[in-house]
Amino acid sequence: MNLRKTILATGVAFSALATASFAHAEPTAEVLHWWTSGGEAKAVAALKEDFEAHGGKWVDSPVAGGGGDAAMTVLRSRVLSGDAPAAVQLKGPAIQDWAEQGALADLNDVAEAEGWDKVIPPAIQSVMKYEGDYVAVPVNIHRVDWIWANPELLAKVGATEAPKTWDEFNALADKLKAAGITPVAHGGQPWQDATVFETVVLGLGGPEFYQQALVDLDEDALKSDTMKAVFDQMRKIRGYVDADFPGRDWNLATAMVMNGDAAMQIMGDWAKGEFLAAGKVPGKDFICSATPSEHGYLFNVDSFAMFNVSGDDKVEGQKLLAELIVGEKFQETFNLLKGSIPARLGVALDKFDDCAKKSEADLLAAQDAGGFLPSMAHGMALRGHLSGAIVDVVTAHFNSEMSSDEAVERLVEAVELAKD
Amino acid sequence: MGASSSTESNLTASIQRHLSKIVVAPSFAASLFFVYGFILWTGYMAFSKSRMLPVWDWAGLRQYERLWQMERWHVAIENLLIFGGLFIVICLFLGCLLAVLLDQRIRAEGVLRTIFLYPMALSFIVTGTVWKWLLNPGLGLESMMHDLGWTSFKFDWLVNSDMAIYTVVIAAVWQASGFVMAMFLAALRGVDQDIIRAAYMDGASLPRIYFGIIIPSIRPVFLSAIVVLAHLAVKSFDLVIALTGGGPGYSSDLPATFMYTMAFQRNQLGVGAASAMMMLATVMAIIVPYLYSELRGGKKNG
Repeated sequence: MNLRKTILATGVAFSALATASFAHAEPTAEVLHWWTSGGEAKAVAALKEDFEAHGGKWVDSPVAGGGGDAAMTVLRSRVLSGDAPAAVQLKGPAIQDWAEQGALADLNDVAEAEGWDKVIPPAIQSVMKYEGDYVAVPVNIHRVDWIWANPELLAKVGATEAPKTWDEFNALADKLKAAGITPVAHGGQPWQDATVFETVVLGLGGPEFYQQALVDLDEDALKSDTMKAVFDQMRKIRGYVDADFPGRDWNLATAMVMNGDAAMQIMGDWAKGEFLAAGKVPGKDFICSATPSEHGYLFNVDSFAMFNVSGDDKVEGQKLLAELIVGEKFQETFNLLKGSIPARLGVALDKFDDCAKKSEADLLAAQDAGGFLPSMAHGMALRGHLSGAIVDVVTAHFNSEMSSDEAVERLVEAVELAKD
Repeated sequence: MGASSSTESNLTASIQRHLSKIVVAPSFAASLFFVYGFILWTGYMAFSKSRMLPVWDWAGLRQYERLWQMERWHVAIENLLIFGGLFIVICLFLGCLLAVLLDQRIRAEGVLRTIFLYPMALSFIVTGTVWKWLLNPGLGLESMMHDLGWTSFKFDWLVNSDMAIYTVVIAAVWQASGFVMAMFLAALRGVDQDIIRAAYMDGASLPRIYFGIIIPSIRPVFLSAIVVLAHLAVKSFDLVIALTGGGPGYSSDLPATFMYTMAFQRNQLGVGAASAMMMLATVMAIIVPYLYSELRGGKKNG
């Protein structure tokens, strides 16, 4: 009887030991993300393969819908119930929000071992760090301030390249309009209005003004004459879009440029994916050119924030995942699929297209000139409630007959109200 | 033996006596917690400093003050008045008219009734999407008229900030008026035929019979219809999301879409909760007097 008990107990102990050591041997990471379609889904699958090839166990938690809103709701409840996923697709100041709550894990030892400080651009490092500690890892750099143009339509009014100043932009658009061509393809959704708005702020005000107005929310900058000029330019652009623009999705606007229904679109480089998917060649079938600015570059960086997890296997998995994400191999595969450029400098761009190469070259130039800035419209510069307040005013102005003076007044009020 | 069977029958009797209470108890407890509990919780959130995560720090009326200072909230409230008002009035009118017409013992009544009632079977998302296509100037009605040769035809409400909210009214009326018709039709059928025949004998004209006898006698249905329509209007969310997305800009925002934006997109849980409480207050202002009159009426009859 006793013997049998002992054997049983030993057996149980052994099997417990075995499971424990087995679990320890397999680093596990649960990844919460909303990349569920098209190139994005493929990009995540690439990460999963890489992770599994390194002996990790990947637990996929995709939450589609609402451009991440649904995922954020899930995240909130998971964190509140003390069961956070290891890695969460999270970007910009939202990372700081979660870090303030003490929910994020410290990645400094991986960062040191891998030398992240040397390869990640400083402006992006500051987004990934909370009080000097790495809490998140960047996966890519999207550039927001692009003009995508149809060379055939530009040729009809004698232009061979996209405009280099906003005056040129207006002159070209007027010519196109006179020739019966819709100058600007645009979708009237608040975030698209804001995308155009911030490129105009960068162009007319310059990088320093952009920093003051849309990053530091300096009141003098917000109510300056430059800001009024920005709203004047927005009103002009409103005249260059077709009548059916409200509510149109960005990819339909891109298709208009592709199909020759409109000449130019101001949009981030995810638009490039649409052109490439249709078999178009950059430089020949479409032109990618930065929106007019003095060495400005607005970045939109996707990243994964690492949440506090318990259990050796999970901590291990998290570190392995972080290491792989910043690794050269993943940065190359992922960004080829997603249409952006690596968030790690120095990755060979041989396999990338000309627009991506231009993006990297401009990035380096912008960094030297102090024009490498976070995008406001894409949640990189400001916390949600602040950028939301600005976007409200921008879209209200763009979609009504509001004067620039009134828009500036409302902008200051809205920011003031959102701040407290 | 005898004693045990009597306690058994006592137990059975008491179970039978309380059976209905026992059966509803779980759902009662669930709704007490999940509905009323969360209403209280939201009420508290509206007085807290909550932003991204719920916190318990007291902020007094600050969230309500911020809410009422927001231009966008004023737009949402104004839209609710326009939308709710027109939606209720037009639905009542159309529903009543259709019911009266159908009540004329016409042929194929069953088919017509089904046709009018069917939109109610669709979800608001479907209604919104279909009407978005119909009303889009480059795609739907306007472009069709242009193709047919009527080039001066213009119907761009969907993309016009001042008119977008009216397209929501159109789609909502299309969806709900058949339902109102069904309510009225049932009520009309319940009116005592003898009174109508008597009035007819006395030489009253048909319109006079409707306005003088039938419609006054179905007054309670008006009240029910208004309550149903009013709460549909206040909680309208998916229709706006599908049809206009709140746009152009935020010109067709309703309180429900405003609440969603603040609470789930902008990390402004406090303001979101405050706006939810304002919506609750609006619904209460409609439902409570109705329930009060209903319950009092019930007592009188009993």
